[in-house]
Amino acid sequence: MTRTVVVVGHGMVGHRLVQALRDRDAEGAWRVVVFAEEGRPAYDRVALTSYVDDWDAARLELDGARYAGDDAVALHLGDPVTAIDRAARAVTTASGRVQPYDALVLATGSAPFVPPVPGRDLPGCHVYRTIEDLDAIRASVERARTGVGRGSAMVVGGGLLGLEAAKALRDLGVSPHVVELAPRLMPLQVDDGGGALLKRLIERLDVTVHPGTSAAAIEADRGRLLARLANGTELDLDLIVFSAGIRPRDQLARDCGLGVGGRGGIVVDAACRTTDPAVYAIGECALADGRVYGLVAPGYAMAEVVADRLLGGAAEFTGADMSTKLKLMGVDVASFGDAHAATEGALEVVVNDAVAGTYRKLVVSDDAKTLLGGVLVGDATDYASLRPLVGRPLPAEPGALLAPAGGGGGVGVGALPDEAQICSCNAVTKGDIRGAILEQAADDVPKIKACTRAGTACGSCVPMLKQLLASCGVEQSKALCEHFTHSRAELFEIVRATGITTFSELVARHGSGRGCDICKPAVASILASLGNGHILAGEQAGLQDTNDRFLANLQRNGTYSVVPRIPGGEITPAKLMAIAQVAADFGLYTKITGGQRIDLFGATVDQLPAIWRRLVDAGFESGHAYGKALRTVKSCVGSTWCRYGVQDSVGLAIELELRYRGLRSPHKLKSAVSGCARECAEARGKDFGVIATETGWNLYVGGNGGTLPRHADLLVSDVDKETLVRVIDRFLMFYIRSADRLQRTSVWLDSIEGGLDHVRDVVVHDSLGIAEELEAQMAEHVTGYADEWAGVLADPEKLARFTSFVNAPGAPDPTISFRAERGQSVPVPLGIPEVVSR
Amino acid sequence: MTSTVPAPAWTAVCPLSAIEPETGVAALLPDGTQVAVFRTRDAVYALGNIDPFSQAAVLARGIVGDLRGTPVVASPMHKQRFDLRTGECLDDQGVSVPTYPVRVVGGTIQLGRP
Repeated sequence: MTRTVVVVGHGMVGHRLVQALRDRDAEGAWRVVVFAEEGRPAYDRVALTSYVDDWDAARLELDGARYAGDDAVALHLGDPVTAIDRAARAVTTASGRVQPYDALVLATGSAPFVPPVPGRDLPGCHVYRTIEDLDAIRASVERARTGVGRGSAMVVGGGLLGLEAAKALRDLGVSPHVVELAPRLMPLQVDDGGGALLKRLIERLDVTVHPGTSAAAIEADRGRLLARLANGTELDLDLIVFSAGIRPRDQLARDCGLGVGGRGGIVVDAACRTTDPAVYAIGECALADGRVYGLVAPGYAMAEVVADRLLGGAAEFTGADMSTKLKLMGVDVASFGDAHAATEGALEVVVNDAVAGTYRKLVVSDDAKTLLGGVLVGDATDYASLRPLVGRPLPAEPGALLAPAGGGGGVGVGALPDEAQICSCNAVTKGDIRGAILEQAADDVPKIKACTRAGTACGSCVPMLKQLLASCGVEQSKALCEHFTHSRAELFEIVRATGITTFSELVARHGSGRGCDICKPAVASILASLGNGHILAGEQAGLQDTNDRFLANLQRNGTYSVVPRIPGGEITPAKLMAIAQVAADFGLYTKITGGQRIDLFGATVDQLPAIWRRLVDAGFESGHAYGKALRTVKSCVGSTWCRYGVQDSVGLAIELELRYRGLRSPHKLKSAVSGCARECAEARGKDFGVIATETGWNLYVGGNGGTLPRHADLLVSDVDKETLVRVIDRFLMFYIRSADRLQRTSVWLDSIEGGLDHVRDVVVHDSLGIAEELEAQMAEHVTGYADEWAGVLADPEKLARFTSFVNAPGAPDPTISFRAERGQSVPVPLGIPEVVSR
Repeated sequence: MTSTVPAPAWTAVCPLSAIEPETGVAALLPDGTQVAVFRTRDAVYALGNIDPFSQAAVLARGIVGDLRGTPVVASPMHKQRFDLRTGECLDDQGVSVPTYPVRVVGGTIQLGRP
């Protein structure tokens, strides 16, 4: 007989319970009824701060959180449970519904703790917990902008959540003050030494930190707020965000007589059962072994335990690893194991490098042989290799392990046992990864990611994945092909430094043999990126793939397609008619592309110049649909027409497309501009995508569709157009310099050492000191641009190559024929391939 | 009375200078056959122009190079490489394209019958 489990609360942990139960309950033993207080299904609260990037709440929704198509789950949104009748085994909801249960799971989570400061209820005072909280904070910031305010805010609480809130405020363009009662930031995770460095690094980012004090009083002051701190400081503010910890939401449990802890939290045993065996509690509302866990991972572990118990299992929750690694406003912070040296006799080894801005501490046992924990601030690269060693013998002297990253310090992956977790985000062990490499033939990082999901979340373990490949004997050759031992990036540097302008000179001086279909187009692309005239000039023509050689796209029957540039997708009726007339006159098949332009199919090699003569005369130029180059900058209609648009997306898209047209790169480049956060241009699926904000533009990079879709990452937010263009200039040129051949920006970002943060350091903060050079290179491209097709039409020598037969110019290719389909010409399929294969 | 005029053994195709070194061109023979003629730094080769994998007449538009010293052309359609000397596909054993005798006489490339 089917029993009913009622789940109270639909946060991340409640949702995980439902998922885990439904995944395992093959027999259909349980019907699940979920009551949610919030009006939306479970969303990723851990990523709440990223809501500021695009104000797209739907993006945060957790996968499968609506249980579409699952009749065994009933989800009631916006109808919280108000009472539990344990004797009758039934709950009552706000709407008056009475729902009987066989088992009850409380997943009510926690509420923000607001210290009892006078004035804490004044308008402009917020908490930081839900999407609605962030909407309210945004409204306060906007009010401050339009009124007398200068955009000043205070965050009460300098822990993990407080700094997240400070980041959100900074992303909203406000310079926040952070007030923390403890003498340092993140008191739970770091020690005094790490906290001091953290304060220094955070303050560089326009955040003012007030440690060792608290908010004493808040008063309304002519439409603003005046906050007095306990140390006497007074702050003029527009808004205040309380983010000073959490309190378990245990009122329902208290009301029905379940056991609760002295400082709150529903008491549970190792089975996550409350004092009533029919009632469980999981997540931040539960008090397990005397402790409330304020992280999501332990909550997930509890959800798994309860799912197992409901199905007759004996799983136990035995505490959780509280290790943390995060990046707060670009500052690495990690803490793991016994970070505060609470173990008796524990010894601390500290390297505090004020110049490099890094603080590294290891906690070891009294005999200095076993690693107990540690704190890393400023550079947490070694977190991935150190954390799995906790409780294990140290592979080297503690001091050697703390040597600066990259300086020969750290732990080799070889020292780790197979069960050590390499990717803590997705719980992937060294053994899992070795298995993928040795048994599933995963011979590079992207394949390991696909097989094991290691490295797909925060990416901090990617260097370890590379080490593991090497230790498994997989050589990561960077050689471009048999003719060059260099990588594409190295060849780029050689060409740039030596000024070599031909492939034959490059292969003679730095390679071997005569080249091939891999290195020739790659070098042709490098030569073109560095500006060496027309891509079909002289020897360059023979290096190009057929698409570039004929400036058109080869199709399956040997004909080509033609795509004139339509910047931003904006086109006049007259130009539309010109394209239509060309298509009609040459019998070409026409189709609208995904990049908001028009593709004309079925042109033979010798027709291409005649077609382009007509297109150039009508004012068109090459669309580079054939090249590893900028394709299009797609746009939505923007503020000119759209009721919702906040910026002129079409205008910017045209400007960007004209700026970067013809830019040769390691792979094709796609872009888009959306005029508001609704993102109709799908900019986050592009190599570089721009989304309008009320006051500027957000730039996202590394997006991709195709077989491995990837949402682009936010690179800079709320910048003006000049800054935006400067950052794109640098980003594209840095990509062109350092990417591998045929490596899209998405894969490049995932494989470059340091990932997005490194790229941001280089292109925004100029950490390599090359920003000026990158900009100059782009400026050269922009001024040197000339339409490739106009160049061919003006040069009889280049035109002469557009013949089907060298001995019979004008003779049609007898293998090409067309038939009609839906009113257009399509190729007659060429005979069944006569391939005789082994 | 009928007389049979034997087809000439060699067909002139184009001047050698019409082909840039390390590239190819397509030629149309009187019987409608298409031949891909390649010029490397030191030799001239002729293969059937039809890519056996796609059946498209495109081999002449492939990139010319070498694979461990063997002169090759890579089909522009799906990149299989063919030995310019023998027509054999180096990526799929057993697949090949026809080869044609080719010579340069007085600066003119001539094709023979296969």
